[in-house]
Amino acid sequence: MFRYTLNKVALTIPTLIGVTIVAFAFIRLLPGDPILLLAGERGVTEERYTQLAAQFGFDQPLWQQYLIFMGNLLQGDLGNSFVTKQPVLTEFLARFPATLELSIFAMLLALIVGLPAGVIAAVRRGTFFDHTLMTVSLTGYSMPIFWWGLLLIILFSSILGWTPVSGRISVMYFFDMPTGLMTIDALFSGDKGAFRSALSHLILPSIALGTIPMAVIARQTRSAILEVLGEDYIRTARAKGISAWRIVGLHALRNALITVVTVIGLQVGVLFAGAILTETIFAWPGIGKWMIDSIYRRDYQVVQGGLILIAGIVMIVNLIVDFLYGLINPRIRHTRG
Amino acid sequence: MPLLEIQNLSVDFATAHGKFRAVDGVNLTVDPGETVAIVGESGSGKSVSMLALMGLLPWTATITADRMALDGRDLLTMSKRQRRSLAGKDIAMIFQEPMTSLNPCFTVGFQIDEILKTHMSLTRKERDRRAIELMSLVGIPSPESRLSAFPHQLSGGMSQRVMIAMMIACNPRLLIADEPTTALDVTIQAQILELLLTLQQETGMALVLITHDMGVVAETAQRVVVQYAGQQVEARPVLDLFDMPRHPYTQALLAALPERATSQHLPSIPGVVPGQFDRPAGCLFNPRCEYATDLCRSTPPVVRDGALCHMPLDDAGNPTQPKILAEAAS
Repeated sequence: MFRYTLNKVALTIPTLIGVTIVAFAFIRLLPGDPILLLAGERGVTEERYTQLAAQFGFDQPLWQQYLIFMGNLLQGDLGNSFVTKQPVLTEFLARFPATLELSIFAMLLALIVGLPAGVIAAVRRGTFFDHTLMTVSLTGYSMPIFWWGLLLIILFSSILGWTPVSGRISVMYFFDMPTGLMTIDALFSGDKGAFRSALSHLILPSIALGTIPMAVIARQTRSAILEVLGEDYIRTARAKGISAWRIVGLHALRNALITVVTVIGLQVGVLFAGAILTETIFAWPGIGKWMIDSIYRRDYQVVQGGLILIAGIVMIVNLIVDFLYGLINPRIRHTRG
Repeated sequence: MPLLEIQNLSVDFATAHGKFRAVDGVNLTVDPGETVAIVGESGSGKSVSMLALMGLLPWTATITADRMALDGRDLLTMSKRQRRSLAGKDIAMIFQEPMTSLNPCFTVGFQIDEILKTHMSLTRKERDRRAIELMSLVGIPSPESRLSAFPHQLSGGMSQRVMIAMMIACNPRLLIADEPTTALDVTIQAQILELLLTLQQETGMALVLITHDMGVVAETAQRVVVQYAGQQVEARPVLDLFDMPRHPYTQALLAALPERATSQHLPSIPGVVPGQFDRPAGCLFNPRCEYATDLCRSTPPVVRDGALCHMPLDDAGNPTQPKILAEAAS
């Protein structure tokens, strides 16, 4: 198990280096000059421009800028935002809980609906339920988030008035936020109204963000269960006289989860990508919205630092999934122990 | 009273090209404690008929029978729930591929415990003890430690022993062994067969042994059922069948046994079992039968002398006169 761990961790290093190059290069490929954007409508004198460029290091050749950036990165310094002058890491940590909370709810929703739906569709294959689910999930999967989010807002917020339009909580509530997770902090503050408000603000963004993972999980679960149900050991389980739900819910699902868990891990990356759109639509103050705003401002440090942090989190989650995979599948646990 | 009675069992599979009859009018009775062998080539419907009995066929299968009863209890009119309470308890089945027949995600102990928990009201301790007892009964060394092993840590022979231990856990009246040694090493084959017979004698359960190995049949069974293309072509006591086969197919199968070979070349039966699209008219065996006549090619035979044949073989192994001609002559 130790060697397995070491191997997996070592494999992430080249990926991380790749991410730094991409993060560094792509933002600089965008047209637009951060200094001019920073100066705004009033403009900037040539003298001041050179001064600022020297201050930010833009007067150096690109490869040197990259090396400086990497040198700082290795010392744990992601640089400061051009705009707010705050360290990138501080800004990130201030916003990440919002995204984490949204992602957790979206993923929970995707799992709670997607897994059982996939299992039922597999058991009832070819029925009306199966066909409906497959059609709905394909529709959900193909639905652009920005469009889907707006539709949700129009229906549930504007027409029905059931949910708030945007933000994390109603402005009338204020309390300390030790965890940064609004629902949990609201719960600890003891204010039931605050908790309800925080929860109601989460509903629509979670649906918008969770739809694609939900569709993917439902379809993957269905096909994994269908495949497993044809296996010899399922026939054995039936020959033992075990009840049908135990066969599907234990014998089949446990084996099907091996593939489904991998898919769930990959969906974490999808969640962060989706968070950028979802947070923009719902004015959710998380890292997605932060990244978009920083891209508009050509805030190079924030964009490249943020990208690396997000990529790092996605990789860590996938590492965790790899270990879960070992726990679920005894063959892996033993062969690479 | 026989333990198992099956009369006129047929199984149809719905396929993309219409119905395919995999089992056609099979009869089988098994007495308590008896060993019956079902032999035939691949595709002769041996496994399918027994899977139908166990209720293990996929939903594409339609099962019809005049009677299917275990211990006098009618299986056809029984609810699904009642059928399930018999499976694993009164009738158990082991399969051809031991390596894939155990669930890879659960330990051996869990899988044995599960069947005990389903059918017997035992405490946890009693079940643990029973599991260890079963493991040593089937000849697994250091059973206590093997209980926590996963299937992938076992060899094929060991896996089959675990399957046997699991399936005899609830003292079934009838054990169906579907080619239990086919996927195993030759040396292991004999051991597993030996084990099955010993267990049968110790527990007094009846054994239905599906095989395509005539040698295995001779060593184990009291009665033999020969199946061909879903039909039962001959069903007789083992010694009679080996000495004086009535059906040309049985004769040809026996002639293909190495120990019976008289020439340098081992005789074989030309051709293959007909599938869905090449079923011949008349007797299904006629294209491969050395005695086939025009009658065999046009009219399906009925059972005569215990064989599904127009001209069942006499004691010397020569075909007799077809019934119509025989009646006309007399």
